[in-house]
Amino acid sequence: MSQFTLQVNGQSRSVDADAEMPLLWVLRDLLQFTGTKYGCGIGMCGACTVHLNGQAVRSCVTSIASAAGQKVVTIEGLGQNGLHAAQKAWIAEQVPQCGYCQSGQIMSAAALLASTPHPTDAQIDDAMAGNICRCATYFRIRKAIHRAAQEMKS
Amino acid sequence: MNISRRRFLGTSAAFASGAFVIGFNLRARAQDTPGTTGASENPFDAWVHIKHDSSAELVLTRSEMGQGVYTSLPMLLAEEADLDWQRVTVVQSEFSLGTGGSGSVMSNYLPLRRAGAQVRVAMVAAAARTWNVSESECTTEKSEVLHAASGRKLAYGELTAQASRMPLPDAKTVKLKDSAQFTLIGKETAHLDTPDKCTGATRFGLDVRVPGMVYAVIARCPTFGGTPAKFDATKALAVPGVMQAFEIPARGHRVFTAGGVVVVAKSTWAAMQGRKALDITWNHGPNHGETTDSLRAQMKDALSKPPAWTSDPKGDDLDSLPAAKRVEVMYEFPFLAHATMEPMNITIHLRDGKCELWCPSQSADAMRKMVAAELQLPESSITVHTTFMGGGFGRRYQYDFPTEAAQIARHVSTPVQLVWTREDDMTHDYYRPAGMRRMRGMLDEQGNVAAWSDHLTDTAIDAFWSAPGTYKLNGSELPPTIPYPVPHIRTGFTPVTSGVPRAWWRSVENSFNGFAVECFIDELAHAAGQDPYQFRRRLLQLPPIPQPKTTGDERRPPDPQRLVAVLDLVAEKAGWNKPLGPNRGRGIACTTTYAYLAEVAEVTVERDNIRVDRLVMAVDCGQVVNPNGARSQLEGGMLFTLGAVLKEAITIRDGAAEQQNFDDYSVLRIPEAPVVETYLVDSHDDPHGLGEAAVWLTGPAIANAIFAATGKRLRRMPLRMNEST
Repeated sequence: MSQFTLQVNGQSRSVDADAEMPLLWVLRDLLQFTGTKYGCGIGMCGACTVHLNGQAVRSCVTSIASAAGQKVVTIEGLGQNGLHAAQKAWIAEQVPQCGYCQSGQIMSAAALLASTPHPTDAQIDDAMAGNICRCATYFRIRKAIHRAAQEMKS
Repeated sequence: MNISRRRFLGTSAAFASGAFVIGFNLRARAQDTPGTTGASENPFDAWVHIKHDSSAELVLTRSEMGQGVYTSLPMLLAEEADLDWQRVTVVQSEFSLGTGGSGSVMSNYLPLRRAGAQVRVAMVAAAARTWNVSESECTTEKSEVLHAASGRKLAYGELTAQASRMPLPDAKTVKLKDSAQFTLIGKETAHLDTPDKCTGATRFGLDVRVPGMVYAVIARCPTFGGTPAKFDATKALAVPGVMQAFEIPARGHRVFTAGGVVVVAKSTWAAMQGRKALDITWNHGPNHGETTDSLRAQMKDALSKPPAWTSDPKGDDLDSLPAAKRVEVMYEFPFLAHATMEPMNITIHLRDGKCELWCPSQSADAMRKMVAAELQLPESSITVHTTFMGGGFGRRYQYDFPTEAAQIARHVSTPVQLVWTREDDMTHDYYRPAGMRRMRGMLDEQGNVAAWSDHLTDTAIDAFWSAPGTYKLNGSELPPTIPYPVPHIRTGFTPVTSGVPRAWWRSVENSFNGFAVECFIDELAHAAGQDPYQFRRRLLQLPPIPQPKTTGDERRPPDPQRLVAVLDLVAEKAGWNKPLGPNRGRGIACTTTYAYLAEVAEVTVERDNIRVDRLVMAVDCGQVVNPNGARSQLEGGMLFTLGAVLKEAITIRDGAAEQQNFDDYSVLRIPEAPVVETYLVDSHDDPHGLGEAAVWLTGPAIANAIFAATGKRLRRMPLRMNEST
């Protein structure tokens, strides 16, 4: 066990953890940020997606040692002033069904929109292919990302 | 305010802290029979609570797993009560009923509307008494009673005290609105639970955090029915954070749990690491020799003989009929996993003879019973909090994880969260049955279907749940009735033996029955040299012939004209007759199961790669309660089924599931998701549930489109252009 410090949603946090413990479990079990979800543990479903220094990463395969000292943003901290455009678009398009994967979907979408402000369908499919939605809300996810892109433009 | 069951003793309206509460029993109302709960218990399992500030809280007996009942059910009540929709909230009842079978809207449509009407009538009566005017002069709107003649109005919150002192109108005779008066039912309504699901605030089962809680995982034998022979936990207990390791026994055929070695730790990760460090020798048990190939051999053998059970025959046997055009084919379907995004989990705290459960469950009442039985406690000492569920699809009807949690709780003094990893979830599911069927059909000189035969064999669900040697046909295993008039029909079923656990998976048998019926009718259309849409349309307008009735099916017979109407609608919207480019094709399918549904799929097949480009569905489900929710279920249902039919399969080796996680159990991802369109027919007929509706016909629409594009008929799921048989 070692002590690690990282910035989560703008606040400095310290934890005692095994160096190999994935960021996912640090967030969920040690820091109580339960908005980030466990889905597969092998980086195959995207439910655990967070931003590490602005990049979308799978927190279930990111060790606390490799994330230490860096900036982590979770779904709870995504909206700096109110909701992020992607969150607003998700609500407007009524995307979620069970909702379990949607934190990860929104985090992946927000990272896409930051790097590609006006993604095409193909760019959306490419960026979002790592996020599984078992309720298969994909049709509305695509619409919501286009809507968020429109809103961020204006 | 926490409304306890005791507040309701002996009364149906309660003056609780000056608030107005109406309790009702949805379990009983669903059948319109008196409640069955004991006299000492609260006779109500749901209630609406009108508060002083005129906000309304509905305590709901169905659980939310993404199907939208948190919105559609309160809409029913709010409509009749004329509640201000902006001030309606929902909480989960502790007495949740089973949620499944696409039944929530259908079975609650009248009971919840009646309860709402009781609220409205009671509020009007209270206002009329207060003003000393006639009730007929009063109207209601947005949680207010208005008296137009005098311009006075009173908010429901101001009337609760008066209303709760007056006799409650009879739910059975209270007047309901005419559908033309609806202001909420049938209107696009945003789901009440959406905002929290976009901010991470929704608490699913795995998000339950109770002070002092610890985490547990279980090492289960990979072989179904296997148990630990011996284990050594020395290395596991040396993992930092690991607190305990102990064995729990397997539980019998009715509460099927695998048993295994439990590791308890201070974090989920530590528990998982501890489990990896266990040294276990397994006793693999009797199913170790089972493979997918051994099952397929059994099924092929079963289909070479007469069925073990048959439905009532209709007309003559196919073989005795004069030679005409005959078609004979086999279809095959694999085991499927539910693979809900949130793996199975439950949090439990057992102390001082009382037990508290935080449970993502489709059936909290059943969970309470099973945990009480396991702990040998009275049901009244078990408190169940149903959480939001990260998907259900039938998996969360099962009692295995609550039973395991109860076993674990005996060893752990603090609250403990039992976590299934994705691998646990994938390899210890209750799978959709696997099976095969032989279909035979005969066309007459006019190109009508003269005869139809369907011999199905599969790993029947009830055979798994019955005690050894006691399995009897329950009826649902038999092939389905078909909407097309056919004079000679033979259907039968033969079970095959398997140690693989199986149970209900979104739409249960319909997920493979629909595929067979709608693919085979398509094959017959092509054999008759007719357009598959026109062929169905023509058959549906022939004089009806009574069909053999499936045991226990008491529904009124479907109306072929409503099915023709949705077929016409979907053909028009899909542009059925518009030419498509090379390697592309359209397929059609329809059904009266769940509702009147018709669907067209458009596919492209290039270099053996199947791509679905577009799915169009037309639906007549009677009165649509929330079009937003209805479309959501249909869109998601179509894509969920697309993934199942083209990608998913659990295969068996050494008596165990071969697939472990989303790397080898491949589900639909966004690049494979086509455009989906849904068209809802305007109707005020009784509503039908749509949670499972799309599963019947999406698969055959796709398979039929693949045939149209390539001339190749794929009959084995998951569909592959290079399929072997």
